[in-house]
Amino acid sequence: MSQRLGRHLLTTLVLIGALNCPAGAQHGQDPVPPASTARASGANPTEQAVTEQRLFQQQRKLEGRISIPDYKAALLEQPQGRSYQFFHERLLPWLMGALIVAMVAGLALFFVMRGRIRTQAPQTGIKIKRFNVLERTAHWMTATCFIVLALTGINYVFGKRLLFPLIGPDAFAAFSQWSKFAHTAVAWPFMLGLLMMAVLWVRGNLPDRHDWRWLREFGGFASGTHPPAGRFNAGQKLIFWSVIIFGLALSVTGIIMLFPFWTLDINGMQWAQYGHASAASILIAVIIAHIYIGTLGMVGAYDAIGRGEVDLTWAREHHSLWVEQQQRVIRGHDDSVGPAGVPAE
Amino acid sequence: MARVKFLCDADRCIECNACVTACKNEHDVPWGINRRRVVTLNDGKPGERSVSMACMHCTEAPCAAVCPVDCFYTTADGVVLHSKDLCIGCGYCFYACPFGAPQYPRARNFGSRGKMDKCTYCAGGPEQDNTEVEYAKYGRNRLEQGKLPLCAEMCSTKSLLAGDGEIIAQIYKERVMKRGYGSGAWGWKTAYRETLGT
Repeated sequence: MSQRLGRHLLTTLVLIGALNCPAGAQHGQDPVPPASTARASGANPTEQAVTEQRLFQQQRKLEGRISIPDYKAALLEQPQGRSYQFFHERLLPWLMGALIVAMVAGLALFFVMRGRIRTQAPQTGIKIKRFNVLERTAHWMTATCFIVLALTGINYVFGKRLLFPLIGPDAFAAFSQWSKFAHTAVAWPFMLGLLMMAVLWVRGNLPDRHDWRWLREFGGFASGTHPPAGRFNAGQKLIFWSVIIFGLALSVTGIIMLFPFWTLDINGMQWAQYGHASAASILIAVIIAHIYIGTLGMVGAYDAIGRGEVDLTWAREHHSLWVEQQQRVIRGHDDSVGPAGVPAE
Repeated sequence: MARVKFLCDADRCIECNACVTACKNEHDVPWGINRRRVVTLNDGKPGERSVSMACMHCTEAPCAAVCPVDCFYTTADGVVLHSKDLCIGCGYCFYACPFGAPQYPRARNFGSRGKMDKCTYCAGGPEQDNTEVEYAKYGRNRLEQGKLPLCAEMCSTKSLLAGDGEIIAQIYKERVMKRGYGSGAWGWKTAYRETLGT
């Protein structure tokens, strides 16, 4: 019996030695010889002892039991914190910075080469209703919130690099504190506006057969003539779906961060931030292009969302199919148009 | 100046939680915050080990790197400290910390966590040394008085070591040589990018 036990112990020791040796060889200065610790009693206090190195071969983070009610404290070690550091301090500033700078530079180049886009035919002076009050309210509520969220969000990444050296630690900390309050408060009207825009505009933004031609001709830049488009052309549809998809991603990850550790553990929280920051970087770049084409880039485009009415010439050139449909509605020949397509006045 | 570190010899820790209690009492740490805690791994199984863990005062500390308001600073002794006046309670340092050291007085209130609190290596904060203001925000400044962190001083089995990193590493290596085993310097690879035997 004792002979069997002894043999068993010997086998275990050999196994532990085999486990330890290659691992020990990675760290040249390790002074510890592999377990050669058989005691007089025959008991080996280390043969089953957990070691950090062996636990990390089996699991990504070390969790145990703790006698305080804060379950987060039971996590002894998560080296993923170093990955989070890498993302937050190396990857993210480059990703966000490159996207914004590339977009602004691209638009500046476009403006220099193409200038402002004007209508080909002269303006008629006849106005056609494009967006009603509800649609404009939804747009401007979301837009205002987005600008606040984007600026306060960018402050989390670039504030300490750009603003901090200018205004000093105390003023910058106070500004960042209020930025944080603004970021978490303004998130709610942003999500409401996102929902409103989704409901109001999803019908006009469903893909149709004209989109492919519009994209192929790049909205008329390639061909020189305006390709036909309905209420929204393919470029606007891309903006719409970018806002919906990335806005939804931002909302979901944002709510996760507003209620930390509600459903996710620490690695989940880190991934929520990876998603939030990446989606924000992309959407900020997209919205910069959207702001450009809606204001400086194209004459007459701002009227649509500003006053709600556009000139008939502008509408005919950019949304030919929509104008035809509207005129059929006015003449009373088409009943198939939903309320979103009917002019309010 | 020496580079101070913590080292928990898990083969000696008996999970008495005296370090936790000493810390809470010395610094009057608020309810719900534990600057130091004891985690038991493989609880109830053969080979169970307990590790006392707090802020490890990392080399190239992740908390300091990710802080959006740069409220952290590292002292000449290698102690990582922060300013509660500048902290905005964003929570990034908690996500970045490999050891779960940063904690906040409030939780889940729409992300309004309050000012972060963590182990100071008994070295106070940016306020004037050993003043009431410093004590209220950061706790006792023992290091300035020439004393080491109380958790390690109180440790009944001398499992938890604090002091010059070279010296405590030497003490640990000698122990391991003498007794023939050691479960490793927990957290050292992540915190200081070095290991002391396994």
